[in-house]
Amino acid sequence: MLFFILKRIAGMIPAMLAISVLAFVVIQLPPGDYVSTYAAQIAQSGERVDSAVLESLRQRYGLGENVVVQYFKWIGGIARGDFGDSFEWRQPVTELIWGRMGMTALISLCTLVLMWAFSLPIGIYSAARQYSVTDYLSTAFAFLAMATPNFLLAIVLLYITTMWFGVSVGGLFSPAFENAPWSLAKLWDFITHAWVPIFVLGTAGTASLIRIMRANLLDELHKPYVEAGRAKGLPEARLILTYPTRVALNPFISTVGWVLPALISGELIVSTVLNLPTAGPLLLQALKSQDMYLAGAFILLSGGLVLIGTLVSDILLAISDPRIRLS
Amino acid sequence: MTDKPILRVSNLSVDFPMHKSVLHAVKDVSFDLHRGETLCVVGESGSGKSVTARAILQLVAKPGVITSGQINLASESGEIDIVALGNSGPAIRQIRGRRIAMIFQEPMTSLSPVHTIGHQIVETILLHEKISKEEARKRAAALLDRVRIPNPEAALDRYSFEFSGGMRQRAMIAMALSCNPEILIADEPTTALDVTTQAEILSLIRELQRDRGMAVLFITHDMGVVAQIADRVMVMFRGEKVEEANVFDLFARPQQAYTRALLGSVLKLETPAPRPTRPVAETPIAQINDLALHFPLNPGFFGRPTAYLKAIDGISLTINEGETVGVVGESGSGKTTLGRTLLRVYTPTDGQVNYRRGDGTTVDIASLGKAGMKSLYGEVRMIFQDPHSSLNPRMTIYQIISEPLRTNTDMSEHQMMDRVQELLTRVGLPADIGDRYPHAFSGGQRQRISIARAIAVRPRLIIADEPTSALDVSLRHQVLDLMRDLQSEFGLSYLFISHDISVIRYFCDRVAVMKNGRIVEIGDVAQICERPEHEYTRTLISAVPRPDPRLRADAPA
Repeated sequence: MLFFILKRIAGMIPAMLAISVLAFVVIQLPPGDYVSTYAAQIAQSGERVDSAVLESLRQRYGLGENVVVQYFKWIGGIARGDFGDSFEWRQPVTELIWGRMGMTALISLCTLVLMWAFSLPIGIYSAARQYSVTDYLSTAFAFLAMATPNFLLAIVLLYITTMWFGVSVGGLFSPAFENAPWSLAKLWDFITHAWVPIFVLGTAGTASLIRIMRANLLDELHKPYVEAGRAKGLPEARLILTYPTRVALNPFISTVGWVLPALISGELIVSTVLNLPTAGPLLLQALKSQDMYLAGAFILLSGGLVLIGTLVSDILLAISDPRIRLS
Repeated sequence: MTDKPILRVSNLSVDFPMHKSVLHAVKDVSFDLHRGETLCVVGESGSGKSVTARAILQLVAKPGVITSGQINLASESGEIDIVALGNSGPAIRQIRGRRIAMIFQEPMTSLSPVHTIGHQIVETILLHEKISKEEARKRAAALLDRVRIPNPEAALDRYSFEFSGGMRQRAMIAMALSCNPEILIADEPTTALDVTTQAEILSLIRELQRDRGMAVLFITHDMGVVAQIADRVMVMFRGEKVEEANVFDLFARPQQAYTRALLGSVLKLETPAPRPTRPVAETPIAQINDLALHFPLNPGFFGRPTAYLKAIDGISLTINEGETVGVVGESGSGKTTLGRTLLRVYTPTDGQVNYRRGDGTTVDIASLGKAGMKSLYGEVRMIFQDPHSSLNPRMTIYQIISEPLRTNTDMSEHQMMDRVQELLTRVGLPADIGDRYPHAFSGGQRQRISIARAIAVRPRLIIADEPTSALDVSLRHQVLDLMRDLQSEFGLSYLFISHDISVIRYFCDRVAVMKNGRIVEIGDVAQICERPEHEYTRTLISAVPRPDPRLRADAPA
């Protein structure tokens, strides 16, 4: 088992390197660089642009150098824990992103856990009572939820809470708690704010997980080992929960691998709409202004989160299924 | 059998409401089961034998319902009517596994893949008895030992996928016997197993029954198995009980026409079909020389793999023109792989297959390129085992049969229509079914369609991979007779792959016995079946249950 985990972690290293190359290439793809965007901004505000100043900026950031040299400079810094400086904020990237990345991870994790908590029992019930009223209701909900775009749900929710209940739910904290240290009161404030993005982010995923769980379990319910379990006198509920559900969980666990990236990319739009202090809006801004070190760090860390998600799902799979563990 | 029966089934009926009609799966069936006896329920697919067995434990799958009748189980306080108990609740669960236990056809899938064998047996014991987990585990180990699973203590912590098919069925039997049931229902428990394993499991069930005085209700379609183990036999046909008799009486004096027909088709396979004598000078159509196919077992991280699965390990075999060569062997012997390699589904790792084409030239199939193989598909065709999955459900019968014509000949649509009609008539099907889909036909009819497809391009060699294994016994000799007629009509040669020695004896000229990718013995069918020389062939042949109860050790003189 330990060997299995170590092997998986070793396999993550080349994947991580590939992601870093890809992230760097993507950032370099649009024409121009941060300095040219900066110059355009200044020109737009009507001021005169001094080309000597621009040139010195380019020199300072090392933007004139070969792309390959730039990449190695960047990745070499990261290996030492230095993600470089943000051009736009004039601050080290590390200072800027930890809080934001942490918030993204927190929101994603909460969403994932809640998605599982809801979709698992509903999916099991739906399969065990196929074609019952509850099954039809959950199916109707699932299709509706899957078809509704996240940002639309966010806007509608904002509208309803603000106009009907007079509560502002934008952001993750009330202004009073924004910079306060963590306390019980702040936690409660977080919960009252966080349910909106979690609800918006999780609805579509919960819906598809319900469908996946239902389909998986329906496939298992008619297998001979279920009948054999019934023939030895197991009560129905215990039989379904301990036998077919155990087997049907496999594809469900594997979903962590794709739910995490979907959450993180979905979060970008939702966070912008809801004005959340997560990584998404900052990444968007960094990409727009070609703030390359900041954008690169975000993309790299998001990729890292996805890899970790896959690792977690692989480990969970190995724990739950002896066929994977032993072969 | 003067004592009171332990189980009395009277006027049992089970219905399956279908889309617009009702399927009467079991109609008004009554029978008794006594302590210590084995009652075999025999019938072809769709006869309702499995549904009857499941009804006894209230396990009939949805949407089936027991519509009438009684199933009375003798108890200390009089009789319990299982039908009245319903299919859930503590009362029926008290009976399931404790008083009546069941083993199933598929040992591969009847045990949970994610729980250990020990867990599943201990769970059964703890469900029905108030003993400690340690005691239950001790009893489970003793049970595994009793069904002759080596090293039972360690086996408790193994998973079912670590066991072979026969071992899994033993574990399943141990689980069924864990609470000392009075009745054991066995639903085709050996159908999915090799003949040698089948013989072991049958003698184990018989032995355990004698030890415990259990009543056994044994469901099977195999008359050979019936002759070996039954005390009494009940024959079912289309949901109805046709006949019930002592096993010796049934085989000697069948009363009903259906029983006679069923026994007749079994016994017909016991004697070889009349064969034209082989010409003195044979012309080989395919010569297989030292053919080998090795699959690497490990990918070999960098460089060469270190272990190989030798699916075919140096086989030499000649098929002559107009001859039928049988290949017999147990699962994993490589017989199916051999057939597929001859059509280059797999590319052999060594050896040659020298095939003499219709125009007299010889090609080596083992090293032939893609284009060369394509031109051969008009001469060498294949018939598969499962007629349900080897026909595309979304193509009409006409499309299915004309497909090889389309790819191998330049016939016009009109010509193909004529040919398909002619072929359908030839294989004994109505000529006007071309625009229907495969699901409208029974297993036997589908296999006829597969045969029509195979002979559409007038091939010279047909590789038939277990073409009769999925068919009921009454259909087997019909399909074989059809293949035999086509052979004399078109001068076909067959490579006939089967695990069933009686089918081989009925149909083939020569036979090769395969084991672990090698041929252990090859020769004339009569000689191999009557006087096998190799030890393995002898075991294989003696393990086949013969449909004659008089051959049993306990037969009355």
